[in-house]
Amino acid sequence: MRRRVVWKEEACIGCRLCEVYCVTAHSRYPGDVLKAFKRDPDRPVPRVVLEEKGPVSFALSCRQCEEPECVKSCLTGALGVDPARGVVVVDEQHCIGCWTCIVACPWGAIRPSRGEQPVAIKCDLCLGRLGIPACVGNCPNEALQLQECGKEG
Amino acid sequence: MAISMRTAPYRVHRDPDRCIQCQVCVRQCANGVHRWDDEEAEVVSEDRECVNCHRCVVYCPTGALTISRSPLDYAANANWRKPDIDQIYLQSETGGTLLTGMGNNRPYPVYWDHLLLNASQVTNPSIDPLREPVELKTLLGRKPDSLELKKGTLAEPVPPQLELEVPVMFSAMSFGSISLNAQKALARAAIDLGIYWNCGEGGLHPEMDPYTGRVIVQVASGRFGVNMDYLNAGAAIEIKIGQGAKPGIGGHLPGEKVGPEVSVTRMIPVGSDAISPAPHHDIYSIEDLRQLIYSLKEATEYRKPVGVKIAAVHNVAAIASGSVRAGADYLAIDGFRGGTGAAPLRIRDNVGIPIELALAAVDSRLRAEGIRNQVSLVVAGSIRNSADVVKAIALGADAVYIGTAALISLGCHMCQKCYRGKCNWGIATTDAYLSKRLNPEIGARRAANLIQAWKHEIKEMLGGMGINAIESLRGNRLALRGVNLTSRELDILQVKAAGE
Repeated sequence: MRRRVVWKEEACIGCRLCEVYCVTAHSRYPGDVLKAFKRDPDRPVPRVVLEEKGPVSFALSCRQCEEPECVKSCLTGALGVDPARGVVVVDEQHCIGCWTCIVACPWGAIRPSRGEQPVAIKCDLCLGRLGIPACVGNCPNEALQLQECGKEG
Repeated sequence: MAISMRTAPYRVHRDPDRCIQCQVCVRQCANGVHRWDDEEAEVVSEDRECVNCHRCVVYCPTGALTISRSPLDYAANANWRKPDIDQIYLQSETGGTLLTGMGNNRPYPVYWDHLLLNASQVTNPSIDPLREPVELKTLLGRKPDSLELKKGTLAEPVPPQLELEVPVMFSAMSFGSISLNAQKALARAAIDLGIYWNCGEGGLHPEMDPYTGRVIVQVASGRFGVNMDYLNAGAAIEIKIGQGAKPGIGGHLPGEKVGPEVSVTRMIPVGSDAISPAPHHDIYSIEDLRQLIYSLKEATEYRKPVGVKIAAVHNVAAIASGSVRAGADYLAIDGFRGGTGAAPLRIRDNVGIPIELALAAVDSRLRAEGIRNQVSLVVAGSIRNSADVVKAIALGADAVYIGTAALISLGCHMCQKCYRGKCNWGIATTDAYLSKRLNPEIGARRAANLIQAWKHEIKEMLGGMGINAIESLRGNRLALRGVNLTSRELDILQVKAAGE
């Protein structure tokens, strides 16, 4: 079953706590915001990004497309769909940082990581890290939800 | 520009060991207290604009922020206290009336805290509400003087009643004074709970259509938003004569707050001030009030109760008696601690009387005149918890209105700056960016939780007294004893002293 994080635009208040908790969840200290930001020398960049104009805002992350352009465009096959878990995944060992996926993604949901050899990073729904995505669990206004979907919706 | 002599009332403390520079506080503060300093590459805070609303404190993901009162004080003076001096500085700068929000915050006695409840011991059994039913259902409206039966059924229909599952309602708060999301939250909670919400004097926004089954619509001196659809939409109609926070004072929604949405709802042009006059210009006597009550009853074919809301003032008992005789089906009395979205500070802090004394006086007067059955009494003005509700009912109320407590359940932190329209909690604002902060689904859940919790507590207190229906407590002042009250106050409350 394909799954993704969906937003309720009318409830998103643009606080960017989703970004803070995304960074924390993918850091060396997944349960500790303070240590993630103060102690992790390789603190990751957020995989969810707030888009904002005036009062309208929403937290954009990978749409986990049915037929992902990023997977099609990937030169090394590092990007792929994990059908069991319903999520588009990056194999960081095989990513060469060519950014073809970043260009191909119609949503702008893929970003380069930090570090000397940056790789493509994107929302992994916190699989294997937490029960529900950190952004969903920590959105203070319940603007984010984990949605199970069939066809492109 | 001459220097301002006012100093920051609060101090923002940022723990540098805990701050992760995420700037959540910067985005959450509509007062501009926190800002990102590019040169220093860190968040800095400006104490002066802080209103102590705790938005940044609650939202800070690392608990790096605290706010305290500024330790700065003037030379010790029991007469000229800090607020007295600060207010003079402010008025000397502006030349204006001081404005404030929420209810009277001065240290007047809170009579609820001087009243204690009874409980059963030995001679009468208490009731465990978890094992036996305790009935809280309340009917608001005129009760007939007598009932006639014909062939086992009522000969005449009973006048229209409001049916409440708990004797608590959300008091009048207009769209404009609070955000549409705040109104939606309260309306949804009221529907879930089987109680009523009140749309205040601001009309009904089209988005509130799904919630009209449980709305009390208000007709106040500005008559904003009043038309046939509005009157027919409501479960009851309430004529607002006065408000506890500002008796004798009208309302003024500044033009800046009258955006397209408020304009549609209030039926006035965008940007125009919405002024509710101090009096109703067609009500200068009890007879005039009767005319309006019966106009509204005629307009709605006597299908719904018409109530009157008054502020608790010196001769409240006589006014209440007159209002009942004018045809009011329920009477809402708002005490001097009642909240407001905006009121002149001097009025809020110095006008009106405590609701406890007003309620006792009105209930006694109506009983003495033999007309208590003709009206239901709803009291308001700082009902803070379920014990206040039980004490109010024992003093003679049929139900209570809560405004401030309801808003606190939605997130209000009582900074008393509602009149600025920049509420960081998305409650007392019509700004689109700020209003989003109150998700009506979360708000409805929280407000409903609060009343559910009170419901359990009320049942527990009733059960303890051996009472299994709230009807049996109503006006039963023997269930109360006074502590630390003068004999004059006890006389007015018609409550015995503890030990008597």
